[in-house]
Amino acid sequence: MSKKYDAGVKEYRDTYWTPDYVPLDTDLLACFKCTGQEGVPKEEVAAAVAAESSTGTWSTVWSELLTDLEFYKGRCYRIEDVPGDKESFYAFIAYPLDLFEEGSITNVLTSLVGNVFGFKALRHLRLEDIRFPMAFIKTCGGPPNGIVVERDRLNKYGRPLLGCTIKPKLGLSGKNYGRVVYECLRGGLDLTKDDENINSQPFQRWRERFEFVAEAVKLAQQETGEVKGHYLNCTATTPEEMYERAEFAKELDMPIIMHDYITGGFTANTGLANWCRKNGMLLHIHRAMHAVIDRHPKHGIHFRVLAKCLRLSGGDQLHTGTVVGKLEGDRQTTLGYIDNLRESFVPEDRNRGNFFDQDWGSMPGVFAVASGGIHVWHMPALLAIFGDDSCLQFGGGTHGHPWGSAAGAAANRVALEACVKARNAGREIEKESRDILMEAAKHSPELAIALETWKEIKFEFDTVDKLDVQ
Amino acid sequence: MPFQSTVGDYQTVATLETFGFLPPMTQDEIYDQIAYIIAQGWSPVIEHVHPSGSMQTYWSYWKLPFFGEKDLNTVVSELEACHRAYPDHHVRMVGYDAYTQSQGTAFVVFEGR
Repeated sequence: MSKKYDAGVKEYRDTYWTPDYVPLDTDLLACFKCTGQEGVPKEEVAAAVAAESSTGTWSTVWSELLTDLEFYKGRCYRIEDVPGDKESFYAFIAYPLDLFEEGSITNVLTSLVGNVFGFKALRHLRLEDIRFPMAFIKTCGGPPNGIVVERDRLNKYGRPLLGCTIKPKLGLSGKNYGRVVYECLRGGLDLTKDDENINSQPFQRWRERFEFVAEAVKLAQQETGEVKGHYLNCTATTPEEMYERAEFAKELDMPIIMHDYITGGFTANTGLANWCRKNGMLLHIHRAMHAVIDRHPKHGIHFRVLAKCLRLSGGDQLHTGTVVGKLEGDRQTTLGYIDNLRESFVPEDRNRGNFFDQDWGSMPGVFAVASGGIHVWHMPALLAIFGDDSCLQFGGGTHGHPWGSAAGAAANRVALEACVKARNAGREIEKESRDILMEAAKHSPELAIALETWKEIKFEFDTVDKLDVQ
Repeated sequence: MPFQSTVGDYQTVATLETFGFLPPMTQDEIYDQIAYIIAQGWSPVIEHVHPSGSMQTYWSYWKLPFFGEKDLNTVVSELEACHRAYPDHHVRMVGYDAYTQSQGTAFVVFEGR
C-alpha cells in the first residue's frame, strides 16, 4: 500500500515500539539495558534504540518510501524493569535477518552497537545479550576445530588442559623466551602462550621467537612423550603480516596459533579462523580491551555478547576470566557465558545472566580459558567451576616457583590430576580442597613448595559488575 | 660442610598423559575411576601398545569397546586379561562418549617395560 511523504520529526515510538509483535525464529533478538535522560518516556527511549540500531534516522526522509520499511525495521517488542534499579530498564528488540550480511559479526556489531551508543536521549546503554537465530548461525564458520578435534589433536582427555603465559611478558630475546617455553613444557604443562603484548618488537622479532619456540616444543615433546604446543601470537599490524606469521607457524609444524580478537578486530579474526580451518591449525583467542567495553554495569557490551560473537567468528579457545583470580568475574555470570561457548543449547536463565534461549545447532564448542592471578590453591575451585573443557593457565603460579618454571609446572600438573582423580572418585573437591592438595603434596616436593609459597595470596574484592537479580 | 642449595633440580620425566604425574594407583583407586566412567554413561574401552609406540594416535583395541558394559568386575577382569596377554605393553582404560564422539577420559592402568 503506498503512503504519502510527510516531512518532519516523528516520535520514534509511533514506528518502532510494537508491543504486540511476536518475534520470528529468524529474527536476531537483542536485550539492551537502557538509562534514558530524565523525563523521556521508556517507550520513546526503547523505540529510539530500535530505530537508531536499524533503519531509522532522526528525521523522516523521502527515500524511505522507495522501500518497505515495515519489512526492514527493528522493533522494540518488550520493556522490563531491571530488578533493584529504578532508573534503568531492559528493552528487547527484534531485528529481521535481512539486515545483516551472512556470516559477518562485524556487520552485526556495526548495526547493534554503532551510532546508537552516542545517542543524546540516552545517558547509558548496554547491550546485555543477543539471541542469534539458527539461520544466521548457519552462515558462520565458527571455531576452526572445536573442543573434540582439539582434544584429539593434542591427545588430552578427561581433564582440563594446563597452560601458562611466558613471563616476563616483554623484553626477552627469542632464545631466552624459547628456554622458558621448554622449561614449562618439560615440567608437565600441555601448552604455553605468548603474552598478548608480544607481537614482533625490536627485542624479539616474531621469526626469532617462532623458530626457538618450535625447537623447545619439539624437544619437550620428545623428552616427555606427551603432545605439547605453544600459542604463537599471529596478531600483527596488517592482515597480510598476520597470515605470513600463520603460514610460518604451519611450516614449523606447530599445532596452535593465537589472535587477539578485539584489538585485532572481527574481520581479521574471522579471516584467520577461516585460514586455520583450511590449514588444520588450532586457534587460541585472547581478549585484550574487553574490560573497557564490558565492565561498566550500565554502558557498553556485556562479555556474554562478545563471547557469543567469538564463537561465531571463530576460535578454539577463549579467555573467560577465572572467577577466583586477580581479575573481575562473578561465578554465575561466568558460568552463563562459558555455557554459551561450549554447549549446543543454552536455555534462558536470568540467574546466569542469559536473557534468551540460544540454540547453537551443530556449531563446535570453544574451550574456556581461565588465566590471571591463579595458583595451586585455586585448583579445586577452578576444576569445579570450569569442568574438563577448559584450559587453566598459571603464569606467576608457574614461573614464580622457588625452583623455577619446570618445577612450577610439575606442581600444577600434580595438583590438577589429584583434583580430577578426587572428583571422579566422588569427593567434594571444593570442600575438601586442603586435604586433597596436602595428600598430593606428599608425593611431590614441587607441589609442597608451591603450596607453601602461595598460601597467603588471595584476591578478595567485590565484583563491580553484578547480575541484576534480587 | 657441603654446599646445600634450597633450589631443587627438577628432572624431566616421560609420562603417559592423564594421571601421569600421580603415583601408581591402588586397586581401589582404579576401581573408583572405572566406576566414574560407567556412571557417566560412557563405554569402557581397553587399549594397549608396546611402549615404543606410545605416541601413536591408535593403540590396539583389546577385543572391542565394551559397549554398554555396566559391571565393574567385568571391566577389571578384562583389563587384567589384556595385561596378562601383553605383559610388556602399556594398557589404558578409556571412557568413550558416543554423544560427543570423544574420549571422556583415558588413563594408563599398567605400564609396560
